[in-house]
Amino acid sequence: MKTTHEHWLYVISSKKKLIDFNFKEIWRYRDLLFLFVKRDIITLYKQTVLGPLWYLIQPLFTSLIFTLIFNNLADIPTGDGVPNFLFNLAGITSWNYFKECLVGTSDTFKKNENIFGKVYFPRVIMPMSVVVSNLLKYGIQLVVFLGFYVYFVNFTDKAFNVFPTFSLALLPILIFLMALLGLGLGMIISSMTTKYRDLTFLVQFGVQLLMYGSAVMYPMSYFMDKLPNYYWLIEWNPIAILVETFRTMVFGVGDLDFYKLAYTMIISAIVFLIGLVIFNKTEKSFIDTI
Amino acid sequence: MDTDIILKVENIGKQYRLGLVGTGTISHDLNRWWNSVRGKEDPYLKVGEVNNRSKKGSSDYVWALKDINFEVKKGEVLGIIGKNGAGKSTLLKILSRVTSPTTGEIKTKGRIASLLEVGTGFHPEMTGRENIYLNGAILGMTRAEINSKIDEIIDFSGCIRYVDTPVKRYSSGMKVRLAFAVAAHLEPDILVIDEVLAVGDAEFQKKAIGKMQDISNSDGRTVLFVSHDMGAIKNLCTRCVILNNGNVQSIRNTREAIEEYLTINISKSGSFREFVKRPTLVRMLSAEIKNKGISTTNFHSGDDVEIIISIENDEHIPINIFIGLYDEYGEKVAHIGNTYSEFSIKKESTTVAVVLKKIPFVEGRFQINLSLHAYGKPHHREKEAFIFEVSPGDYYGVGKNVIRNNGKFLINASWDEI
Repeated sequence: MKTTHEHWLYVISSKKKLIDFNFKEIWRYRDLLFLFVKRDIITLYKQTVLGPLWYLIQPLFTSLIFTLIFNNLADIPTGDGVPNFLFNLAGITSWNYFKECLVGTSDTFKKNENIFGKVYFPRVIMPMSVVVSNLLKYGIQLVVFLGFYVYFVNFTDKAFNVFPTFSLALLPILIFLMALLGLGLGMIISSMTTKYRDLTFLVQFGVQLLMYGSAVMYPMSYFMDKLPNYYWLIEWNPIAILVETFRTMVFGVGDLDFYKLAYTMIISAIVFLIGLVIFNKTEKSFIDTI
Repeated sequence: MDTDIILKVENIGKQYRLGLVGTGTISHDLNRWWNSVRGKEDPYLKVGEVNNRSKKGSSDYVWALKDINFEVKKGEVLGIIGKNGAGKSTLLKILSRVTSPTTGEIKTKGRIASLLEVGTGFHPEMTGRENIYLNGAILGMTRAEINSKIDEIIDFSGCIRYVDTPVKRYSSGMKVRLAFAVAAHLEPDILVIDEVLAVGDAEFQKKAIGKMQDISNSDGRTVLFVSHDMGAIKNLCTRCVILNNGNVQSIRNTREAIEEYLTINISKSGSFREFVKRPTLVRMLSAEIKNKGISTTNFHSGDDVEIIISIENDEHIPINIFIGLYDEYGEKVAHIGNTYSEFSIKKESTTVAVVLKKIPFVEGRFQINLSLHAYGKPHHREKEAFIFEVSPGDYYGVGKNVIRNNGKFLINASWDEI
């Protein structure tokens, strides 16, 4: 065959590249990404009375309950001069972003079976849009956190030990890592659920368990004091590190551990790459198995 | 010479696993993986057989498509036709990159947009306008492109009054109009269309077919059109690929292709048919088609078509017989039933002779569907029980045949000077 001089725009074949992250194509579909984000945002709270206020109610009430149960009832200290409520709000706000990214992307294939079965577009657009629309939610929650932060520092005497540190400049990196980790795990899970449906159930309760192991409602140092034998369980948990780092940045309590942050970076990148590989493999033929 | 070829399909094959997906696949997955590690071929690719759904196969794997090869020239409207299960949808899915082929490759010089469905991704809570943007982007348009066409799209859909109302308040017809309007304004190099034309009311369908013709004629766009509807195929396509049991049976110009398509199953259809005995309440055992007492499928205009059906009716319930006549484009041209006569079946097991008197068709090939109804429901249907051929004949009994291509039907007339 004289195929040498022919120029083809692209070829559809059974061969799979291991990592097929076509930036050019994704860029061409960027409008779709933003339209998906827009869709998620305008349709989520349509026909609800409180509307976008729900973005705030969930973290605020959870923090309130946590303060009541873990601090007032179980007496977990949150550090000298750091108000319990603010501590919990910080933990939940950062945990929530990771969780929403993970849960939101973990049923990509199943939820979009209808669209995926009819039209081609780079499938990665879908989980990416989830991450972006969650970023907006996270932004709102961060503003609320900031509001409480300012209130506690300026109008109460409970937050006498709270100082934001310069490391706050690293916040974008932290957010990026949370998104990367959530997206990577979500892509792995969504790919595997096309074949093994059991994972759907695992996600629901696995995420809940993971929260307890991610230093959301207690400082890592307290865990080390109380249960030193099990400390390794959370010491090398990248999400726990991210949550703890966020608190260190905003409260100025404890030291920033750059080794652990670098470790988290590597783990996140690996998880994301594995997610991408599996996702790519799955997107080619999942419609036959789902 | 091959520069104007825009799409090339080479050795495309697609294998499916039959039965329950999910059970036993881990072992197959492992076996597959083990073979690929050792650099061997996928062991399950060798088994599998031709996709013929009416025959029971021995293997768990089946080729829905095998060795599909064809080329499409730029600006061509290619029809893809085939019976149910011939592999049309699978080919469409591969072309639109919804699923990947098991073997072979498709090379393209243009961007492919596929319309396997209208209104993909419509969100009921969003307004018509928002959905136009979303649906357009899903189909591959950029926001700027949609911006430049939005007025045209809204105009084409005829929903201008409701365009800022959530789509959930639309009637289903309006939804389809809006969706099709978006689709019709796509400007890919290659458009792959499934039978989306079969939507909307007659007026809108006409508009849709007109738009399709515009797309291919004036804009020189390449279109791949998949349909059962021979009428639409005839109107739109220049060339057709006939798929049969997952293989390309032939590629020829539309007229010949339609003719060939209609004869795919002719072998099974003679002038005498014995039907598979069914466990239904009432059933047809056999049927025969006769011309002047002789078993045949050849007729001339004006002949009587005699159909003899033997029926078994164990429970002795009241039954009705219906006969549908379809032309070669699959359109129903006549409906005959004993409910339109005084005749009713009295015996338990019996043989009924129906005579279609003076068949009024000029020429063509017609298909007969038989069905047995009881209590208003069909109990035994035989699609394509017979296919019979009508050649021009002396319908009016004046020793003259009606000229070919001069209308479809013959009508007895009386003439008087008054």
